Amino acid sequence: MSEFTSSFWDFYIAVITVVSILACGVLLVAQSKRRVSGGTAETTGHTWDEDLGEYNNPLPRWWMWLFWITIVFGLVYLALYPGLGSYAGMLKWTQVGQLKEETARHDEKFGPIFERYARTDVIALSQDPAALAIGQKLFLNNCAQCHASDGAGSSGFPNLTDVAWLWGGTPEAIRTTIAEGRLGVMPPWGAVLGEQGVKDAAHYVMSLSGLTHDSLRAARGKDIFAKTCVACHGPEGKGNTAMGAPDLTDKDWLHGSAEPQIIETISRGRTDKMPAHKDVLSPAKIHLLTAYVYSLSHGGTGPHTK
Amino acid sequence: MSTPRAPSAPAGAAVAPIEQALYEVRKTIHPRAVHGWFAGWRWALVWATQLVFYGLAWLPWNGRQAVLFDIAHRKFYVFGLVFFPQDVIYLTVLLIISALALFLFTAVAGRLWCGYACPQTVYTEIFMWVEQRIEGDRMARMRLDAAPLSARKVLLRGVKHAIWIAIALWTGFTFVGYFTPIRELWHAVWAADLGPWETFWVLFYGFATYGNAGWMREQVCKYMCPYARFQSAMFDKDTLIITYDRERGEPRGKGEGKGHCVDCSICVQVCPTGIDIRDGLQYECIGCAACIDGCDRVMEKVGFPKGLIRYSTTHAMERKLTRAQMFRRAFRPRVLVYSAILWAVVAAGGLALWLRVPLKVDVIRDRAAISREVEGGQVENVYRLQIMNTREAPRRFDIDVSGLPDAVLVGEAAVTLEGASAKLVPFKVRVPAGALARGTHPMRFEVHARDDERVAVREKSVFIVR
Repeated sequence: MSEFTSSFWDFYIAVITVVSILACGVLLVAQSKRRVSGGTAETTGHTWDEDLGEYNNPLPRWWMWLFWITIVFGLVYLALYPGLGSYAGMLKWTQVGQLKEETARHDEKFGPIFERYARTDVIALSQDPAALAIGQKLFLNNCAQCHASDGAGSSGFPNLTDVAWLWGGTPEAIRTTIAEGRLGVMPPWGAVLGEQGVKDAAHYVMSLSGLTHDSLRAARGKDIFAKTCVACHGPEGKGNTAMGAPDLTDKDWLHGSAEPQIIETISRGRTDKMPAHKDVLSPAKIHLLTAYVYSLSHGGTGPHTK
Repeated sequence: MSTPRAPSAPAGAAVAPIEQALYEVRKTIHPRAVHGWFAGWRWALVWATQLVFYGLAWLPWNGRQAVLFDIAHRKFYVFGLVFFPQDVIYLTVLLIISALALFLFTAVAGRLWCGYACPQTVYTEIFMWVEQRIEGDRMARMRLDAAPLSARKVLLRGVKHAIWIAIALWTGFTFVGYFTPIRELWHAVWAADLGPWETFWVLFYGFATYGNAGWMREQVCKYMCPYARFQSAMFDKDTLIITYDRERGEPRGKGEGKGHCVDCSICVQVCPTGIDIRDGLQYECIGCAACIDGCDRVMEKVGFPKGLIRYSTTHAMERKLTRAQMFRRAFRPRVLVYSAILWAVVAAGGLALWLRVPLKVDVIRDRAAISREVEGGQVENVYRLQIMNTREAPRRFDIDVSGLPDAVLVGEAAVTLEGASAKLVPFKVRVPAGALARGTHPMRFEVHARDDERVAVREKSVFIVR
């Protein structure tokens, strides 16, 4: 906010606040008694609707003390906590500070539980129902937004329950993916190959995984593949986990296996990002998540068909 | 508010201005002890409510506390029932019933709640009983108030406050015992192992009891209680209120040509809010009927018929109705409408509770994967089923889908849940490609207990094909 306002406004607000509180005190003193000229002092002196008066039924004295307590509370609060303009308060309390404090308290409480799991090997953990229950909760809170509740993903978000791995399915590869994130880039080839070239390449790719294709186009596409695609996807289209290049020979399709979808992928490219989680989750939590993700494709709690 | 008398000073007369306080120190009210029919009713209700309050917390049920509101685990045990936060509708129904009952009783007979059953009245009654046993009745207490500080005064006051504090702490402890198992709480107290929040609430509720019933008393009703103010809005001219029979009583005094009111001021002495009922209906009147009991005894002694002060209505006084005519007017449209709504809500709430199935299911459609194609040309949607077993014993539930052609459920088709627990189960539903058109298709999840077909829940959801 300081870019937009000068320190004058802090001062302005502080003055208004303090003056208002003091004015409440003055009002309270002024209104606790009144002078009546005349023998009777029965009414409050207010008149409504021309002739409707009100008997003076004094409030109990403690009621007035409540007002004073409120005023004192307000002043003490403003001295201790931030409230007067930019004054930080004597306790130096901040929301961020409170969050850090609470996080530290929780880490202290739950840390030992995670530490115990952190010392166990991922493959062993992927068989441990208690560890997987925690892993599943972490997964539902942090991963399910993209990879779906069951981890099977959806268009553009990899399926974690099958055997196809873009960046490798070993515990270490999974851990690196979660902690460091991944950026998978398929460059656009539309301008280089032309419309027909892209279509030919698409049909060759379809032939690799046994999809229905036009064999004439596939034959032409094979040459294009050998020149353009081989660098990442390999001579046999088996992909390369070092750069996240998918295996084109399996039945796993991140962006769809229909002809128009493959043409779209080749001509316009794809950029898929897995965000890094090392700043969000502690190493122990990443360890548990790794075990859970590993279990998804290794029958740990693998769902079975009815 | 009422129309005040005109100033008595003649206009223009030079009168010295006086200072008038708009706040004043409360004048302590020392109500005289009273016995009689209505005091008996109040004591009956003190016993009834307090036996339930102090006793119920200790009642065991199915190996646990019968009534326990476990806020930490969000489970609320009431005898054989376990309520989850999703059952908040029952709390709503209870509150609606309470509100309607208050409307009804108030329309029929004024502030019955205030006079007989309100915790403020009940605890004040208990505290005043203690006060009277120790310090004596009204006159003795007033003398003690005025007496200079002495060993006797300190002793009496000390004993009184000690007993009050003991009752208040026990009340605070019992209250917290509805939220933390009371037996554990009891051991924690003796082991000096009470948690910070439990300590706070025991002391807070204890302090509230001690302060309100010992010190604040009628001020709670006069200055703090919102019900006190809005109940008057539900009065009409056929509402039974505590009424002084002015025509019979006036002029006051003893002897020839005087009315039945002997001006003994007993009705003022027994009043817990310190008013004179002979001035007519006042907002301070909590409808406790202590003045009726007091006056009836005096009438008995002086040989006049009872009921100079009695439950009566404005219409009965104005139109000189007989008791029968007056009671017949209780069946007026307002009362009948309140009763009808009240019984309808009670019946609906009771029926809902009777038909309540100890199983809850929430279907959460996965928003990440709206619809996806899987191997074998099938369309798949993902759901999370939040299954809650609100019975205390473990149970196995079977899960099925309906409403879709050739739908296959992928996932655990049966789950076992511990007693009073919840479980989040991911599910996939697959339908052959082409079996459904693009768009949204309504479908249902069916969850039923394996051991009891009646314990079943059908939850609507949708299947999306894109």
